[in-house]
Amino acid sequence: MPTRRSIVATAIVALIATAIGIVLSYVIKWFPVAASAQAHRTDTLYHVLVIASVPIFVLVVTVILYSVWKFRMKPGQELQDGPPIHGNTRLEVIWTALPALLLLGLVSYSFVVLYKNEKKPPGPEMVVNVTGQQFFWSYSYPRSVTGGAPLDTTQLYVPDNESVYFAIHSKDVIHAFWIPAFRLQIDAVPGITTHYRATPDRLGSYPVVCNLLCGVGHSLMRSTIHVVTPTQFKIWLKRQTSVPSST
Amino acid sequence: MIAKLRAPGLLRAMLGLLLGIAFAAGLTWLVRMATGHGTYSHYLSEEPIMAVSLIASPIFFLVGLGGFDYWFYWAAGRPTRPEDHSGHGARSWKDYFRINTDHKVIGIQYTVTAFFFLLVGGLMAMLMRAQLAQPGSQFVSANTYNGLFSVHASLLIFLFVIPVFAGFANYVLPLMIGAPDMAFPRLNALSYWLLPLAGAIMLLSFLAPGGAFADGWTAYAPLSIDAPIGQDFFSVGVQFAGASSIMTALNFLVTIITMRAPGMSFFRLPLLVWANFATSLLVVIATPFIAASQFFVLLDRGLGFNFFNAGKGGDVLMYQHVFWFYSHPAVYIMMLPGFGIVSEIIAVKARKPIFGYRMMAFSLLAIVGLGFTVWAHHMFTSGMSGWIRIPMAVTTCIIAVPTGIKIFSWLATLWRGVLHLDTPMLFTLGFLVTFTLGGISGVMLAMVPFDIHVSSSYFVVAHLHYVLFGGSVMTIFAGAYYWFPKMTGRMFDERLGKWHFWSTFVFFNLTFAPMHLLGLEGMPRRVATYSEQFATANLFISIASFALGLSTLIFVYNMVTSWRGGPHAAANPWRGMTLEWAVSSPPPIFNFDRIPTIVGSPYDYGVPGAVHGVFAPPPVPATVGGSAGSQGGFVHAPPE
Repeated sequence: MPTRRSIVATAIVALIATAIGIVLSYVIKWFPVAASAQAHRTDTLYHVLVIASVPIFVLVVTVILYSVWKFRMKPGQELQDGPPIHGNTRLEVIWTALPALLLLGLVSYSFVVLYKNEKKPPGPEMVVNVTGQQFFWSYSYPRSVTGGAPLDTTQLYVPDNESVYFAIHSKDVIHAFWIPAFRLQIDAVPGITTHYRATPDRLGSYPVVCNLLCGVGHSLMRSTIHVVTPTQFKIWLKRQTSVPSST
Repeated sequence: MIAKLRAPGLLRAMLGLLLGIAFAAGLTWLVRMATGHGTYSHYLSEEPIMAVSLIASPIFFLVGLGGFDYWFYWAAGRPTRPEDHSGHGARSWKDYFRINTDHKVIGIQYTVTAFFFLLVGGLMAMLMRAQLAQPGSQFVSANTYNGLFSVHASLLIFLFVIPVFAGFANYVLPLMIGAPDMAFPRLNALSYWLLPLAGAIMLLSFLAPGGAFADGWTAYAPLSIDAPIGQDFFSVGVQFAGASSIMTALNFLVTIITMRAPGMSFFRLPLLVWANFATSLLVVIATPFIAASQFFVLLDRGLGFNFFNAGKGGDVLMYQHVFWFYSHPAVYIMMLPGFGIVSEIIAVKARKPIFGYRMMAFSLLAIVGLGFTVWAHHMFTSGMSGWIRIPMAVTTCIIAVPTGIKIFSWLATLWRGVLHLDTPMLFTLGFLVTFTLGGISGVMLAMVPFDIHVSSSYFVVAHLHYVLFGGSVMTIFAGAYYWFPKMTGRMFDERLGKWHFWSTFVFFNLTFAPMHLLGLEGMPRRVATYSEQFATANLFISIASFALGLSTLIFVYNMVTSWRGGPHAAANPWRGMTLEWAVSSPPPIFNFDRIPTIVGSPYDYGVPGAVHGVFAPPPVPATVGGSAGSQGGFVHAPPE
């Protein structure tokens, strides 16, 4: 029988489990290193989602385990039935309304993050054209960046702390231009130009991955993005444009 | 010999198959000649013959098998053969290999066929995990690997999860509503026989020149348009599986609406019947959309219609919209019948009425409605107009509410019950845990900025297996054990059942939980190889998945040996109140000697003297009360 004592004890265990779950969600290294302003906001959103999820999961598992502990059939109960409880309107209203409010709150917060991630930040913005084709990525820096002829290359360099507008194209089938360190991806779709913007905020080299099945070579369709200081970027750009375009 | 070839059956069906291929060759020859090719040799070309045979020969096969015989006689004005029900029931195993109009035979045909494809699809998963055990491995080629995951998904969706639920429902639904059979038995037989054909087509694609279809079960255009001929095997296979789904769903709808026993009002229906009612609505409305998407692909491929050729005015994103307009509701088609199974088992095994019965029924209907408003959440990173993401994210969150209601109601049903923790119940409780996790990651994926990071990554692979394996497959195992005594007349081995549950539950989580992390870290799905940094986790997953695969063998062994030699099952081993338990195990050929009358709820466990159905003219309610306990809840009046 469910005694007050056993319920209180279980509730305490559940609270401790919830606390452990939330602490764990901070200890576990979920993501690769974050290298863009967008990535930090998305990671925070993810942490909020995990913290909201832990108590719900703990609640479900606790009720199951408590029932298995307290209500399992004991010898002599083979022909017994439980009490005929058909429902409880107040309880049903609560478990409809509370999750609905929680979900609407979370989704509203996600829209705030989405809006911030996609808004053009103040200051200059650089355009890079990205083209996917079976099975590699190529990049094109327009006149506005190079100051001279457009630069076509298979290397991707971007300066630190400046918003980059990636305009994404495909020459054949659909690909997806994913930079896990930026937490950003969008499909490269034949016939239309898709885009996203990122503000890199950490120096380093990060993988670029094709994340939509594009044929036999899909799993090897990878590239690298190098986030460098604005000065290094200028040097790289100069070196690329001065080399005769043999590539 | 000639007489055998003329009689409906497998032999005539094989002849039909050959005729179908000949027909395809003739038709393409005629059309190509009429449209004028330069040289004679071009009149006969393999690919068009193969493509047309894929459509024609299964239909010829069904004609040969006798699937259309009755209607042909009727259409030709010849005397039809009235159904004398002599074909009902199965006296030997051979009776399962012919057209049979008995819903119980068809239910077993469905279920066994579906489990066969579970084993085939699972074996493909093992091959995939062998390839992925190490980065850069050459166990299979990239093209074969892409074929493996595509066929794996297609088989498990179209030949396992969807039809196995139809199989259970075929068997128990007419019994549950007190009907002697389904409304359209001949249609029922035909809809079953479409299935093995669809499965054979998908499997045979491995023999096609260029390999099996290899663009995932999603077959996104334009990749699928320029793919080798194997792609046609998917596009056509889906048509047959889809036609089968639609026929069965119509049959269920008509059966539920028109064939309920006297007194069986909608709010006295067992929740499994409600669940199949809801699922059938989804199937009938949604399935034509995937049929359309694959006809578009066929026309693009075979005849150059350029539906999805951006350079010729086609629209690439349109494919995804049409495809997901079916394939999101399909997620619920693969889950709602499982909800029904869980409701049946929890009530019986906790010995309590389902908590909030009406809300359980209404939340099914809410899911049916909302299920059609969320499809573009699969397309948050597709490049579609940005604003569509907002309403789709909101509806995706809202659809979690009725699902949550169901989970909380099941938990409340457990509360203060008398829990029988046998195999069906263990799978049900396991389902509650794993499905909750799948539901939580689903809500996370509704959050657009997060989805932008993990869409199409291993996080999604983890999520979909938590809802389809941790959700659907857990309920399928639960249902298989729960109705095994009814369907076979034998009891399964309880000890092996428990072993099966624990090994499945543990290795399922060890296999799929780490995939969440891989996705977050940046590992894409549908890759034959991956970067070094993911090596350790993948090796771990591969080992766990092999153990998960082995655990299925316990199930197979238990089912096969128990069916052959298990102890005989009583009519009502679980003391259930729903009507299928009121008849013998297995039930008599025509289900009920007398049509039952329904006088109460199917779940009134613990209500003194509660009765669901009686096998006599409806009594005055006062004469029913006063008996002790709900011992199954039937009143068998003595024959007059």
